[in-house]
Amino acid sequence: MHLLEVQHLHVTDRHTGSVLLRDSSFHVKQGSCLAIVGESGSGKSVTCKSIMRLHKAWIRQTGEIWFKGEELSALPERQMRKKRGKQLAMILQHGMRAFDPTCVIGVQIGETLKEHYGWSRAEIEANMSLAMMSVRLNNPVELMNKYPHQLSGGMLQRVMIALAFVLEPDLIIADEPTTALDTIAQFEVVEQLIALRERMNGAMILVSHDLGIVRRLADDIIVMKDGEIVERGSANVIFSAAQHAYTQRLVEANRALNGHFERLKGGGLGLVEH
Amino acid sequence: MGSYISRRIALSIPLLAVISFLTFLLVNLSPLDPAEVVLQAQGVPMITDELLTQTKQELGLDRPFLIRYWHWALSCLQLDFGHSYVTGQPVWSQLGPAFLHTFKLTIVSAACMIFFSIVLGVICAWREGKLLDRSVRGISFFLTAIPSYWLGAMLVWLVAVKLDWLPTSGMESYRSYILPVMVLTISYASIYFRFVRSAMISNLNADYVLYARACGLPEKKVTVHLLRNSLQVAISVFCMAIPVLLGSTVVVENIFAWPGLGSLTVNAILSRDFPMIQAYVLVLAAAFVVFNALADVLQAAMNPKLRKDL
Repeated sequence: MHLLEVQHLHVTDRHTGSVLLRDSSFHVKQGSCLAIVGESGSGKSVTCKSIMRLHKAWIRQTGEIWFKGEELSALPERQMRKKRGKQLAMILQHGMRAFDPTCVIGVQIGETLKEHYGWSRAEIEANMSLAMMSVRLNNPVELMNKYPHQLSGGMLQRVMIALAFVLEPDLIIADEPTTALDTIAQFEVVEQLIALRERMNGAMILVSHDLGIVRRLADDIIVMKDGEIVERGSANVIFSAAQHAYTQRLVEANRALNGHFERLKGGGLGLVEH
Repeated sequence: MGSYISRRIALSIPLLAVISFLTFLLVNLSPLDPAEVVLQAQGVPMITDELLTQTKQELGLDRPFLIRYWHWALSCLQLDFGHSYVTGQPVWSQLGPAFLHTFKLTIVSAACMIFFSIVLGVICAWREGKLLDRSVRGISFFLTAIPSYWLGAMLVWLVAVKLDWLPTSGMESYRSYILPVMVLTISYASIYFRFVRSAMISNLNADYVLYARACGLPEKKVTVHLLRNSLQVAISVFCMAIPVLLGSTVVVENIFAWPGLGSLTVNAILSRDFPMIQAYVLVLAAAFVVFNALADVLQAAMNPKLRKDL
């Protein structure tokens, strides 16, 4: 049995009547990484929120979500809440906005760890420090006493990864974890995501439109467009022999960009040739 | 934080100086001759030029404008706002107690108004778009549209006269507060709860709320974060509501015969009692400056980002 099995997930906005996600079915294998690729508004984030059951009241979702043999949609909210963070962890796109701007980041971290483990302050500090060191955040105690605006987006992203380290979830949902970062921060975050997967031996859903990152992390890929899955398959197949015209275009555009980037790296000559 | 507070207070001092100057200037720009006003108030039958010059000398009005301002400003610092043209008594002996009465009414009303604004704002934000939210907003729209003198008169008629539950006027006991506070709370809370509601709604969509929930935090904890952030916006609005209330209790004070600033000032304006008007404008402007500074300090206390500026 798969770790996560989503069947006929259908999401509609009751205010506007529009369909956000149309009859979507996919699965995530134990220990593997599934990438969801597609342009913005294609339903990638909606899919993530549906699994976490974090939609607004007026967003209606139907279909079944089987996670470790349990149907998540049928769980009472209290039990679902216990799974969030502990078994299903999320890493958001904007590290800068993911923490309450009026508190030091240690507050939100502490509340989360206290909720799931009932730890004391000292235990929280000790465990979190270890995890933060492992994602190369030095001076963890000092960092936890800083406000979000005093840290960079990449650092906050790694704080979220460190928190996931401590919580040891079975499934990590990373919703565009690198989109808002510069290249160097992107590299660091991707390294840490890979390390996180290796250490947890957990599964991951990676939402991204950066195919370079997808290629490094993903085992399987689904491609979404306008709320529908238009193509699916293993990463190798998608990158070498995409069937759908949309996927071909995506891969092609990525290749062209990479080629351009390689030429730039090769020196000024690339520019002259154009 | 301490240095922020001292810097913020230091910033208020020049502001107060400018305000006092403008107040003095504006009253002095009045085409009326203060000496004439004084003589009329004293009931002098024949106002001669001689009498006018003499009165001017007595009041010190023959001295240059800037010198008069300087003396006035210095004595204002000692709460000596001069003598009333009408009664001849020191201005502060009338203004002080009246200010205190209005201030009491304002503080109680502001507390009620803030309480109801937060409660209604939070409830409406949680039930956004639902029947409860829509009906609260509908009723509040209706209540905002009701003029406070009509609302006050109706409440006096119903609660004090018909049902005889509460006193109609005066300020003998805490029971006298109920009706005027009700009128002010209804008029203002129905406007101000919208600030809380919209701040809550925009924060509900913020990423940190999503992340807090995704981390499995219980709704109670999420709400605390939400309130901290939403009230930050509302706090400055609330702080500024206090001086606004101070200056706008005239109608309510008249209905409930509240011996406050409102009735005193209207009389002062009607009888052109310049020292009294000057003092009133200055006291109210000072209240604005003080509460504005308080709003900034409270906001900085809640938002670390703001502490760096200034």
